[in-house]
Amino acid sequence: MPEHAFHNPDFLWRNPDPKPSYDVIVVGGGLHGLATGYYLAKNHGIANVAVVERAWLGSGNAVRNTTIIRSNYLRDESAALYEHSLKLWETLAEALDYDLLFDQRGVLQLHHSQADVRSGTRLVHALRLNGIDAEWLDTESVKEFCPLINTSQDIRYPVVGAFLQRRGGIARHDAVVFALARAANRLGVDLIQDCQVTGFEKAGDRVTGIVTSKGRIGAGRIGLVGAGRTPLLAAMAGFPVPIQSSPLQALVSEIVDQVLNCVVMSSGVHVYLSQAHKGELVMGAGRDGYTSYAQRGSFHIIEQQVADALQLFPLFGRIHLLRTWAGIVDVAPDASPIIGPTPVENLFLNCGWGTGGFKATPGSGWVFADTLANGRPHPLVVPFGLDRFERGDLLDEHGAAAVAH
Amino acid sequence: MLQIRCPWCGPRDEPEFRYGGEAHLRFPGNEADPAAWARFLYYRDNPAGAYRERWVHTAGCRQWFHVIRDTTSHRILGSYRLDEPPERAR
Amino acid sequence: MRRLRPGTATDPAKPLSFRWNGTAFDALAGDTLASGLLANGVRVVGSSVSFGRPRGVMSAGLEEAHAFAQIGEGGASEPLMRATTVDLHHGLVARGLSTKGTLVQGDDPARFEKRHGHCDVLVVGGGPAGLAAAWAASAGGARVILVETTARWGGALGRDLELIDGAPALAWVDRITRDLAARPEVTALRRTTAAVSLDQNGVVLVERLPETTPPDRIRPIRRLWQVRARAVVVATGALERGVVFQDNDRPGVMLASAVRSYWHLHGIAPATVVLFTTNDDGYRTAFDLVEAGVLVRVLDARESIGPVGEQARARGIEVLSNAVVAGTRADQAGLLAAARFQAGRRQGEWPCEVLAVAGGYQPLLDLPAQRPDQSHRIVGAAAGQWSLAECLLDGLDAGVAAAEAVGFGSPGPTRPVVGPDWDRSPGTTLWQVPAPDGDETRSFVDLHRDVTVAGLDRALGAGVRSVEHLKRYTLAGTGIEQGKSAKAAAGAIASDRLGSEKPLGVSTGRPPTEPIAFALLAGRARGDLFEPVRTTPAHPAHVAAGAVFENVGQWKRPRYFPRPGETMAEAVAREARAVRTGVAIMDASTLGKIEVQGADAAEFLDRLYLNRLSSLKVGRARYAAMCRLDGTVFDDGVVMRLAPDRFFVTTSTGHAASVFEWMEEWRQTEWPDLEVWTTSTTEQWATYAVAGPQARTVVQSVAPTCDLSREGFPFLGVRPATIAGIAGLLARVSFSGELAFEVMVQSRHGLAVWNALLEAGTPLGMARYGLEALSLLRAEKGYLIVGQDTDADTSPIDAGLGWMISDKDFLGRRSLEMATHRRSDRKQLVGFLPSDPAIVLPEGAQFVADPTQPKPMTMIGHVTTSHPSPTLGRSFGLALVRGGRDRIGHIVHAPLEDRTVAVEIVDPVFYDKAGARRDG
Ligand SMILES: Cc1cc2nc3c(=O)[nH]c(=O)nc-3n(C[C@H](O)[C@H](O)[C@H](O)COP(=O)(O)OP(=O)(O)OC[C@H]3O[C@@H](n4cnc5c(N)ncnc54)[C@H](O)[C@@H]3O)c2cc1C
Ligand SMILES: [Zn+2]
Repeated sequence: MPEHAFHNPDFLWRNPDPKPSYDVIVVGGGLHGLATGYYLAKNHGIANVAVVERAWLGSGNAVRNTTIIRSNYLRDESAALYEHSLKLWETLAEALDYDLLFDQRGVLQLHHSQADVRSGTRLVHALRLNGIDAEWLDTESVKEFCPLINTSQDIRYPVVGAFLQRRGGIARHDAVVFALARAANRLGVDLIQDCQVTGFEKAGDRVTGIVTSKGRIGAGRIGLVGAGRTPLLAAMAGFPVPIQSSPLQALVSEIVDQVLNCVVMSSGVHVYLSQAHKGELVMGAGRDGYTSYAQRGSFHIIEQQVADALQLFPLFGRIHLLRTWAGIVDVAPDASPIIGPTPVENLFLNCGWGTGGFKATPGSGWVFADTLANGRPHPLVVPFGLDRFERGDLLDEHGAAAVAH
Repeated sequence: MLQIRCPWCGPRDEPEFRYGGEAHLRFPGNEADPAAWARFLYYRDNPAGAYRERWVHTAGCRQWFHVIRDTTSHRILGSYRLDEPPERAR
Repeated sequence: MRRLRPGTATDPAKPLSFRWNGTAFDALAGDTLASGLLANGVRVVGSSVSFGRPRGVMSAGLEEAHAFAQIGEGGASEPLMRATTVDLHHGLVARGLSTKGTLVQGDDPARFEKRHGHCDVLVVGGGPAGLAAAWAASAGGARVILVETTARWGGALGRDLELIDGAPALAWVDRITRDLAARPEVTALRRTTAAVSLDQNGVVLVERLPETTPPDRIRPIRRLWQVRARAVVVATGALERGVVFQDNDRPGVMLASAVRSYWHLHGIAPATVVLFTTNDDGYRTAFDLVEAGVLVRVLDARESIGPVGEQARARGIEVLSNAVVAGTRADQAGLLAAARFQAGRRQGEWPCEVLAVAGGYQPLLDLPAQRPDQSHRIVGAAAGQWSLAECLLDGLDAGVAAAEAVGFGSPGPTRPVVGPDWDRSPGTTLWQVPAPDGDETRSFVDLHRDVTVAGLDRALGAGVRSVEHLKRYTLAGTGIEQGKSAKAAAGAIASDRLGSEKPLGVSTGRPPTEPIAFALLAGRARGDLFEPVRTTPAHPAHVAAGAVFENVGQWKRPRYFPRPGETMAEAVAREARAVRTGVAIMDASTLGKIEVQGADAAEFLDRLYLNRLSSLKVGRARYAAMCRLDGTVFDDGVVMRLAPDRFFVTTSTGHAASVFEWMEEWRQTEWPDLEVWTTSTTEQWATYAVAGPQARTVVQSVAPTCDLSREGFPFLGVRPATIAGIAGLLARVSFSGELAFEVMVQSRHGLAVWNALLEAGTPLGMARYGLEALSLLRAEKGYLIVGQDTDADTSPIDAGLGWMISDKDFLGRRSLEMATHRRSDRKQLVGFLPSDPAIVLPEGAQFVADPTQPKPMTMIGHVTTSHPSPTLGRSFGLALVRGGRDRIGHIVHAPLEDRTVAVEIVDPVFYDKAGARRDG
């Protein structure tokens, strides 16, 4: 094994055939699906659970994201949900007995204009009163905290200040998939791969099972956690969702010496990046403009984000782009997730995490397992229901999601 | 990077355009009931396959027009003017 | 290895020297870094990432998994370059790396360029199939771009001695490339790699241009092409694969085709070679090296050796059939010393300098794999054509078909005759030789990432059944060479070891096919050229006046104009006082401006804005705002009616483009029946606000013929006027709340008029004022800035703009009627006064009702604008507060980090509530 590779365990999971029926079926073996399966068994003692996945576990956005973890969301509802998740991250490696390379190295959000500064300081004040760590750094302190950043005032969009959440950081996504899957498997959850859901069985308005590429499977309750393919799943179940799916790209460089000590995001210069433990730079930017299920985006987005990154880090000029890829992200009109019941009885929805659901993994799994176990929304997700659109009570988080992940 | 045929200017690279989402939506008017209004505001079709969508040639002739694109492959099956039916796409 | 003669690629007349790990070596022009090292007997080039084992050059191309180097010095130092793809130049400095690159601070003088290309047919790959395709495609006049990743045309023909039309194949290559050079519509690029496949037949190319040490500041060293082709032919050939066996990573273990390649192209050969082959093609290496006097012995994995093997024996080469390499032995330095073999029941060991491994060819399809649904024509070895004759015909046919598909003719029949032809087909399939002692911890599947067969076994034992999990569990195939050599092997060996289960396949390749330097991706978008800077016509005057600028989008806007020794606060206070008590001037040219014309212009604006604008009289202006469809505030501005069918609309600076696009969207898509046209005129007009009790005097002196009297030109009047001799517009609008005139002239006169106004104001001590003072002045009047005093939830009613709403239809009206917009606890825009008039609350500070509540506290609002006011003699501000209007007169609290400030909620208008000064 390469020394820098994550030390994976000797055993991960069984590869069972599906049983005829389960108490709960979780559709989608991504991070949130696996976390839901795990917490159903762990917190609610419901282990007669299957997580069904159309390809391989994590094949969606789970292993495509840039792994930024933070809880600095502006709205109280969002801050509560993401902070719940961040707290769970802080003990997750121990709970799962797996080194997730979770590293609270700090997330630094750079600001480049007075308008930026206003929204940044508003966030700092709101988070503090919500009991979440948040700091405002002036340009001098930015330089001190992350000396690599070009804080010269001569560049096109000089850094005028930054938001810092020290508890924010990164983790290794592959490890999180492996760890959650192993833990769920250990508690008796069946992980069924290569099993695409192609339809739902219903008795009246109530769902009773799923139709899959591996046959029909009965279920008491069903949770849809299909991220990039949510609209297709919802259409199969007979209701629409206010979701648009579009490509979000990321890139990784070759491995270089460790030089970058924190996660850096910039909304003025549209890029975010960090250096993974092995030493590669991981970088991302905004979504592609169009809807897609093709898991690829347009190359000019990559060119632009690299130019953006070099504004802040001229030192990276001769590093090479090694790989690019895209995931399909599901984005609601207000850029907040949708969690809760659907028009179909016993069928629950968890989607719309868009460009920022990695950080929510344990929190999302926790509240969704609770929702499935009890057949009603967990208190933290009441505002996040599908019904909010008809009421017009949107939870706009575009500010947090524009380039922030 | 897509290449899109503007019905007025011909094929151009994607950065010249801005995306406008689902085509052929009808503005329901300000009398719409709450459900219909929410539908109009927030719900857009999102199929896997051929999708009729709007684009505007912002860095060119500034005209809005329609495109039929396969969302699973990004193949463009044709584009047509606002005053043309989808059958005229080419 | 040693150079025994110059090869076909190297020029003995052009010696050069380079430095490797601090030592100087000689080489020839045409050498790569790898061939230069081999020619000098350098066998160890780096060490393995996990186990620190010595590693040497193992290939002659893109698939190199060992030989990585840091090239160059200082800021131009480039990490992790494959020695096999770096062309040597005189003075080049390089040092060996394992798999980790180094970043070096300093100025990078090199230039990286971008370019667009358009063609009828793009041919990727300059081997026989690609050359044939390009030649055939261009014969009828089609525009063709042909790219080849190496420095030479001919691909495998450089290392494989073949005859075409009775002459050495390289003569054919010369003939074809000369033909191509003579065709004006052909662009043939060497050292150019097709890296990324785009939708609609786009391909991104990376072209490497000659480099020098020290670097040249003028000529680019690399060029990124974005090519759009009407048809694409992929002729990327095939890579030889190795075979996995115990200790297969020793320096000296090389691909057989690479050994042959170094001999023919660079004249480099080892003294002794053991060839381990699964196929006929491998024997070429044996035959060619024997002729050079190298001692060669052959291990053929096939049961029986066939005619080629017999031929080898006839030439005195020792050949064992049914023979595999079971492992290698190293000398004390860890270098290859001998190949251990197993031939039937015979075991043995042959000492050798090089163990050449021929595991069969594998099509190189990483480019088309990026866009599997595109209709690229794949030809030659890339399509699994294993004879030269087939490759040539395939290429010719594809070239003709591609040209015909896009409307060009074909060259007529040409069928090159190849002979004698070699069979390149894979022979027997052999991915791995099991370790004789069962220890698979030194059988390397991914040489770059140090992944062994034991590592694969561990993953399979853990329950891994997908090749993607395998990659993620072991890291096999994630290296810099994009897993070119390792991916297929990992999938195949894992399938093998699982026994009966279905094949695992190959993990997905991700673009690009070859690493691309960030500097190349950015191209010229660095430094001053990163993004355009927008400046107003009077910008030079602002610079001369010592303005401190602020970036507002792409615009540079003066924030304040400090006098020597003044702080920002002092400057802002002075500028604001000038507006309130004397006169001052501000450059408002960045405001968005849109002309709306046509018989239905008034109806059009009625539908867009909250206000009724059809009732506006010609020569009058009105403050107006618009909503998004969801009922939140989109933008505000002034609408002026210049004629019954002609309106002049201003927008906020930040929304100039989006408001214009919004208008066009509705005009074109929903209301095509309206007779109305819109034009953005933001950059056509320079706009200056002259504000203050003395404003009239200043403006009058530059517009002497204009009646500026209160009665003749009342507040919200608009009229054409000649200002400083220039025809323009005058409007009586005021964002400061003071008597003000807005002067608008064509941009080209902007600087002159600005100067004229300044001159006119000098006797009155007219000041310049910037954005900070403006923000203070307008806040004193309770005027909001969209985006600062509103957010994504704020409706016009919340913002205090409810008075604009008339009883007509407008966009967003439906949403405003929803229950959620009638709730009394919505955040509304109000004013506030800190209980301590000396405390200026930070913008963004939150309000709570109960300052003693433990965290998380219930927040009821936040500060959107906050200033010390010289006019009010105290601090004040605007805030969005839940049920704010009902809280007027009440105290709330702002908990700051170090203290909590009590604040009274008040009406948002602090100054001249009646508007007497503005109307003055
Ligand atoms: C490039 C990129 C960068 C990102 N960066 C960040 C970041 O830095 N920080 C952050 O917090 N978030 C980030 N995100 C977002 C984050 O990855 C997602 O929000 C999150 O992964 C979504 O949850 P998930 O893991 O469950 O989704 P997924 O992993 O996509 O899970 C959904 C699963 O459902 C399966 N499925 C779909 N349809 C069916 C069906 N019919 N039958 C069976 N199974 C089905 C899919 O195959 C998939 O495995 C990023 C996303 C992308 C694409
Ligand atoms: Zn056009």
